Amino acid sequence: MAFFVARRLLYLLPVLIAVSLLTFSIASLLPGDLAYTILGDQATPENVAALRADMGLDHPIWWRYLGWLGNVLQGDFGRSFRTGQTVLQAVAERLPVSIELMLLAQFGALAIGVPLAIICAARSGGPFDRFMTGTAFGMLSVPTFLSAILLIYLFAVELRWLPATGYVPFGEDPLANLRFFVLPALTLALAEWPTIMRVLRSDMIATLQEDYIALAKAKGLTPARILFVHALKPSSLTLVTITGINIGRLIGGAVIVETIFALPGIGRLLIGAILTRDLIILQGVVLLVGAGFVVMNFLVDMLYAVLDPRIRHGHA
Amino acid sequence: MTGNTLLSVEDVTVDLPTPRGNLRAVDHVDLTVGAGRTLGIVGESGCGKTMLSRAILQLLPKKAKLSGRVMFDGQDLVQLAPEKLRKLRGRSLAVVFQDPMTSLNPVLTIGTQLIETLQEHLELDDATAKKRSVELLAAVGIPAPEQRLAQYPHQLSGGMRQRVAIAIALSCEPKLLIADEPTTALDVTIQAQILDLLAREQRRRHMAMIIITHDLGVVAGRTDEVAVMYAGRVVERAPTPALFKKMRMPYTEALLAALPKLDAAPHTPLPAISGRPPDPTRPLQGCSFSPRCRYAVARCQSEKPPLEAAETSAHQFACFHPIKTHADADA
Repeated sequence: MAFFVARRLLYLLPVLIAVSLLTFSIASLLPGDLAYTILGDQATPENVAALRADMGLDHPIWWRYLGWLGNVLQGDFGRSFRTGQTVLQAVAERLPVSIELMLLAQFGALAIGVPLAIICAARSGGPFDRFMTGTAFGMLSVPTFLSAILLIYLFAVELRWLPATGYVPFGEDPLANLRFFVLPALTLALAEWPTIMRVLRSDMIATLQEDYIALAKAKGLTPARILFVHALKPSSLTLVTITGINIGRLIGGAVIVETIFALPGIGRLLIGAILTRDLIILQGVVLLVGAGFVVMNFLVDMLYAVLDPRIRHGHA
Repeated sequence: MTGNTLLSVEDVTVDLPTPRGNLRAVDHVDLTVGAGRTLGIVGESGCGKTMLSRAILQLLPKKAKLSGRVMFDGQDLVQLAPEKLRKLRGRSLAVVFQDPMTSLNPVLTIGTQLIETLQEHLELDDATAKKRSVELLAAVGIPAPEQRLAQYPHQLSGGMRQRVAIAIALSCEPKLLIADEPTTALDVTIQAQILDLLAREQRRRHMAMIIITHDLGVVAGRTDEVAVMYAGRVVERAPTPALFKKMRMPYTEALLAALPKLDAAPHTPLPAISGRPPDPTRPLQGCSFSPRCRYAVARCQSEKPPLEAAETSAHQFACFHPIKTHADADA
């Protein structure tokens, strides 16, 4: 097991280097001179030249990359030239919002998708299964901005149960904080439960054909034990994968949902950085989000081993 | 005999809908097993023997249609409520499947899979259930049983896994054990060990057993009665000694001839049965074996021979032209 973990950790290194290289080159290869962007239209050539020298823009790109990487490794991701805030400050401020949204959305999606998948798999081909499979397919094709607007209309405008937009930190007022998160989290959950349900349902149907399920029935186990103990675990590898990918994706913020519901998360930080050409923030945030994604996938790999002992022992 | 009948399969038919039409996997089968007795069901692949065992266990695929009665211990399993059936399975009706590589759950430990059966049917606390599991594993010949409890199926060899499957089947002292080709997936050297283990445990526990196999050699010394199946029907049924003394059905004879003989010269070709079993979605009008039978006459192709008793009521066969015995030849 220790060997397994060590090997997976070693795989992470080249991936992280590739992520950093990609982020840096995206920011550097964007058209337009960074010095002009910072100084604006009225900049004199002398000012621009001075700033370029100051920022090291005269050096070749690989030299700048190594310098940036060196700083990053020391925890210095740079500082926004617009607000003066460091990348780490900006991210630390907004990350809790995105993570809370991600957790609530994932929890909601799993809470809807997993039980439905199990019921559908246990009665595959039946009327409930056919109805839910159809519904899931329909839900897959509803974009988040549409369900967001419909939810706002229903729960905020018509019923007036929940606020449409806004944010209060959890530490200030937990209840109000959660009220602000219900609709955005629900919007994301509605987009994600169909995938969860379809994937788990089909894996579960395949598992239920296995000999060991027939033996579990022949042993006289209760249907609940067969479904939850014998069938769920071997069926959940794909589910864990897509949940991991979703979580990794949402660490980077849900751009559309955060924008619609005015949540100050990573997604809005990114959009802001792009719109104001705040490249230092942009490349720093993308790197951090990319690293978070990679680490998340590492954790998913670890979870495979927990779910399937054959992976743990190096078989299969 | 009728006094202590444990299982009686009465006129059981299993139909499976397929894209090519209805497939009759089991065709009006009648069988009985007395308490503590052993029945061998023999036939080649696709003859319906596994479907018959699944029909007895009520583990047929969802789409399968079953008619007839399966009387077990005075109750018709076909009509039994699911909850009552569940309490019977694993408790008094147990099964060992063909392939131990797929019949144990890969993500649960051996201990979990044994203990859950014990605790489902017998009111045992954790410590007692664990102790019973160790005893069971030891009884089926697994070395270091305590350590095995924490292991997963993939850490054991095929033979060891089948021993675990047998331990699970024996765990609640069943009245009837169905062994569905229990040695087909195993090495030849392990086969005899597993069969001997089953026979020993059967005697010790006085349970009835059905051994399903394609190998007449397996049933020869180990069963009280043999039923030979072909194309979903029982074509010959007799007490084991009587069957091997004078088999009447040409198919049984052909099956026995197809067994490799130890005293045959090296490279002797096996007398295989020519042709294939009939397509089960297109049943023949006459005897299903007639296209492959060297004794077949016109009547065999137009009329289905019923399963009837001959000189003794215990020996039944379905053939118009049974193989002549010495007694017949003398007459």
